[in-house]
Amino acid sequence: MSLLRVRNLHTRFATDRGDVRAVNGVSFDLEEGEILGLVGESGSGKSVTALSIMRLVPEPPGRISADSLAFDGRELLALSEAEMREERGSSMAMIFQDPMRSLNPVLTIGRQMTEVLRRHQKLDGAAAKRRAIELLETVGIPSAEKRLGAYPHQFSGGMRQRVMIAIALSCNPRLLIADEATTALDVTIQAQIVDLVKRLTRERGTSVIWISHDLGVVAGLCDKVNVMYAGNVVESGPIRELFHRPSHGYTLGLMGSTPRVDGTGVRRLTPIEGMPPSLIEPIPLCPFLPRCRVSIPACQTVSPERRDFGSDHWARCLADLKPGDRAP
Amino acid sequence: MPSKMTDTRTRPLQFRGSLALAVQQFPRNRAATVGFVILFAICFAAAFAPWVAPYDPIQIKLSMKLKPPSFEHLMGTDHFGRDVFSRMLWGGRTSLSVGLLVVGFAFMLGVPLGLASGYFGGKVDNALMRLVDAFLTFPPLLLAVALVGLLGPDIKNVMLALGLVQAPILARMVRGSTLAVREDVYVTAARALGASPLRIVLSHLLRNMVSPIVVQLTVVFAAAVVSEASLSFLGFGTQPPAPSWGRDMSEARRFLADAPWMFLAPTSIIAVCVLSINFMGDGLRDALDPRAWRTRRSVGADA
Repeated sequence: MSLLRVRNLHTRFATDRGDVRAVNGVSFDLEEGEILGLVGESGSGKSVTALSIMRLVPEPPGRISADSLAFDGRELLALSEAEMREERGSSMAMIFQDPMRSLNPVLTIGRQMTEVLRRHQKLDGAAAKRRAIELLETVGIPSAEKRLGAYPHQFSGGMRQRVMIAIALSCNPRLLIADEATTALDVTIQAQIVDLVKRLTRERGTSVIWISHDLGVVAGLCDKVNVMYAGNVVESGPIRELFHRPSHGYTLGLMGSTPRVDGTGVRRLTPIEGMPPSLIEPIPLCPFLPRCRVSIPACQTVSPERRDFGSDHWARCLADLKPGDRAP
Repeated sequence: MPSKMTDTRTRPLQFRGSLALAVQQFPRNRAATVGFVILFAICFAAAFAPWVAPYDPIQIKLSMKLKPPSFEHLMGTDHFGRDVFSRMLWGGRTSLSVGLLVVGFAFMLGVPLGLASGYFGGKVDNALMRLVDAFLTFPPLLLAVALVGLLGPDIKNVMLALGLVQAPILARMVRGSTLAVREDVYVTAARALGASPLRIVLSHLLRNMVSPIVVQLTVVFAAAVVSEASLSFLGFGTQPPAPSWGRDMSEARRFLADAPWMFLAPTSIIAVCVLSINFMGDGLRDALDPRAWRTRRSVGADA
């Protein structure tokens, strides 16, 4: 049984102009110890998917529904808010994009770390402190003991993200969701953080959902990728499969607009023209159609169904793309 | 790992609370320290007025009326020959306790209202804020006068009235801060770590609003002292012959030309008090906000 099973997840936000369908029928499985990438541009529903899994979407105006949203066999949507609080931080944890703002500026690092340990692991003050020091050392923060008394503003962005990772992993969660965890950091720090997450989660067998719009980071870290567009997964597959044979016009577009440094020839970056569709109106056809460069006549009449390509790789696209195809 | 390089293991755990650090930070602000010392001295003298005051504040001695300041009567005497200095000390008991109680009342009423309004939003927010609006539509002093008129001219009613006038202002401010802080990522992050609403409100929202609240409370205190003076001046507060800064100020105006000390004493004490409180509020705000600390502690500075 997979650790996380998501079936037909819908998250809507009520607005004056109608419901915004931020997540629109997402389904996937996450196995124990697996690292899943969630990619797509801003507004594609990656973050809301993550927040919905943690049930952190403010309700109202948000509304989450799903045929199944099972974590370790338990239906999360059936849990009470109090039961959900027991899970958050202990069996499932989340880190956020902006390490400058995801720590409380007026509390010491130590206080913020021990708070979680005391809450979930019922450690007393001294034990929580010892554990916090261990954790800070694990994530590579020197003089950990002294730094417990420091405030977030005394740390650099990279260090703060390390602290966030330490806090998130402090109760040995089985699922870690990282929402653009390296986006706000510069490239060298990014690589360190990615390595750290990779090492720590592999050691502990933690499953990870890694949200990013950086295909490079995803390629280096994840086992599997879900490409999201307009609130739904449009292509999914093991990392090698998907990068070798992108099978959706949008995946192709994303790749075409990503610079590569591995020397596969000099080429121009191709931006994806236009804007993502409004999520208020129902979208009858392929949501990417207006921006697609590889569409075929059938795209104008039928909505694409899921097509399987074997080895867990599928896409919702009518066009037959071949390995090596590029966005024209 | 660089962690091996440090010798911190040999030292005992030192992990001081933010309160201790704030206390350590406060004296760095000169004006705030002076304000604190002056205020402390005034409060101390007022609290121990029965022992400190050289004369009985209400004993009339007409032979000594309207005498200018001298060594016997440090601030002179009033039109009944009462010692102004003694009256100031005893009056401070009234004025300062009004200030403190009004601050307490406004805090107990205003902060929970504001937090509830900002945190829960929606209908709760609407209901509470319309109530607050209703209070805010009246000019504060007029509202206080009306309330005292309704309840009777007594110092307890003055405190109640001033508290009711100040609480909505505080509630409004706390609501605004709550709305701003509530959207911060660390609040979502705390929720993602399993923090309960109560914990979020107390250790994240309230803790981040300490600075504005403290500043607002010093303003409330100053306003309360002045309002009590105004109400007594108008005859709604302290009743004669009981001493009060505002009451005495009001009586002194009739003798402004002949005995200016009678007027100067209460006005300057009120001014010094309010100024000290404001300076202290400034210092408190900085001391309670780690981001405003002037000298970085060695912790993390080498990072």
